[in-house]
Amino acid sequence: MSEKFKVLYYVNQFFGQVGGEDKAGMPPEYRPQKVGPAMGFEGALRGEGEVVGTIICGDNYFNEHQKESLDFIKKTVKEASPDVVVAGPAFNAGRYGMACGELAKAMAEELALPVVTGMYAENPGVDVCKNKAIVVGTSDSAAGMRKALPAMAAITVKLAKGIELGAPEKEGYIARGMRKTLFEEKRGSLRAVSMLLARLKGEEFETELPMPVFDQVEPAPAIRDLSKATVALCTSGGIVPQGNPDGIQSASAQKWGKYDVSGLDGLPAPGFYSTHGGYDTAYANENPNRVAPLDLLKEFAKEGVIGKVFDWFFTTTGTGTSVSNAQKFGKEIGAILKEAGVDGVILTST
Amino acid sequence: MVKEIERYGIPIVHMATITTISESVGANRIVPTVAIPHPVGNPALSPEDEYALRKELVGRALQALATEITEVTHFE
Repeated sequence: MSEKFKVLYYVNQFFGQVGGEDKAGMPPEYRPQKVGPAMGFEGALRGEGEVVGTIICGDNYFNEHQKESLDFIKKTVKEASPDVVVAGPAFNAGRYGMACGELAKAMAEELALPVVTGMYAENPGVDVCKNKAIVVGTSDSAAGMRKALPAMAAITVKLAKGIELGAPEKEGYIARGMRKTLFEEKRGSLRAVSMLLARLKGEEFETELPMPVFDQVEPAPAIRDLSKATVALCTSGGIVPQGNPDGIQSASAQKWGKYDVSGLDGLPAPGFYSTHGGYDTAYANENPNRVAPLDLLKEFAKEGVIGKVFDWFFTTTGTGTSVSNAQKFGKEIGAILKEAGVDGVILTST
Repeated sequence: MVKEIERYGIPIVHMATITTISESVGANRIVPTVAIPHPVGNPALSPEDEYALRKELVGRALQALATEITEVTHFE
């Protein structure tokens, strides 16, 4: 590439040298120059690319006016037509991280642009965009700037030139939750045994399949009066209406469905069946209530044990479904339940 | 999903057969169920017996929602 590639940079009010918390409400503005970390970043590109401009936006403004902010950013990006968008690094700053994450997600999804940002692993912004953009792992404070910028720049150069990135730990970005097929010289059994031997000897070894880390949520307070409560039914058992109108996948679900069951006494068969690809569905297809017991909830409502069954039944397929998708489904369904004032939920899994 | 729904402060009970998974995904109220392909049912029983079993299980799940807990609890 003889011509330099173009980078558009995003920073918050602080790194944009506008001000501190008092300026966090500033709407986004564009400056056709390098501001703050954009200067060091361009240096780290070693002449291969240039930063054509910097968008500066207050952290509060972005998070409170996300749509307006993203509209401005998208418009600016379209005008500047960069090859790569770079944001942050946000270290462990939550609002800044969320802004970088949402921006990265929007650029990648809507404009199909490569985005590079940097964050501390636990920044909530990581989960927003790690599978859409490249998030370089940084320290939790701006003291890590000098280390973060060269790593972000090296990845930016590769993305701009269309060079495939190596493994996350090698390149210094946060794992994107994707698996890649690759050739190994030694077969799996040999690798497993040498890993085991290393472990027995107390030597270092590196797993090829890290287990996901789970966090814990405090138990929600109990329902005080069941007889007045609205209870919702939810399943990961893949029970869907005949014809599977929303096309919920039989494995590795990408979506969930909600179906109005207010007029039903239970889930009839046929009428409902299981699209789940991870268990023998014969018993579920014979009687879908064996997986999602709507019939009994309706009966308990009739008897006055509970106040009401929520009108909508929620369903997806829980086999091979990624933790991040399951989290997303839970967040989306939970928001609906919360909004509707549902008092409690039964979720069944196969 | 259980955990994310509970994060909204709504009590949720997980009815599942592999309760170790329930625990590892962060369910707090757990009702162990019959079998993977028919958690809330048992086709080997007579229709009457299966109905009684199913009603007992769902009743237990509702009681779980009405029970104050401070840690992961199996309602057996």
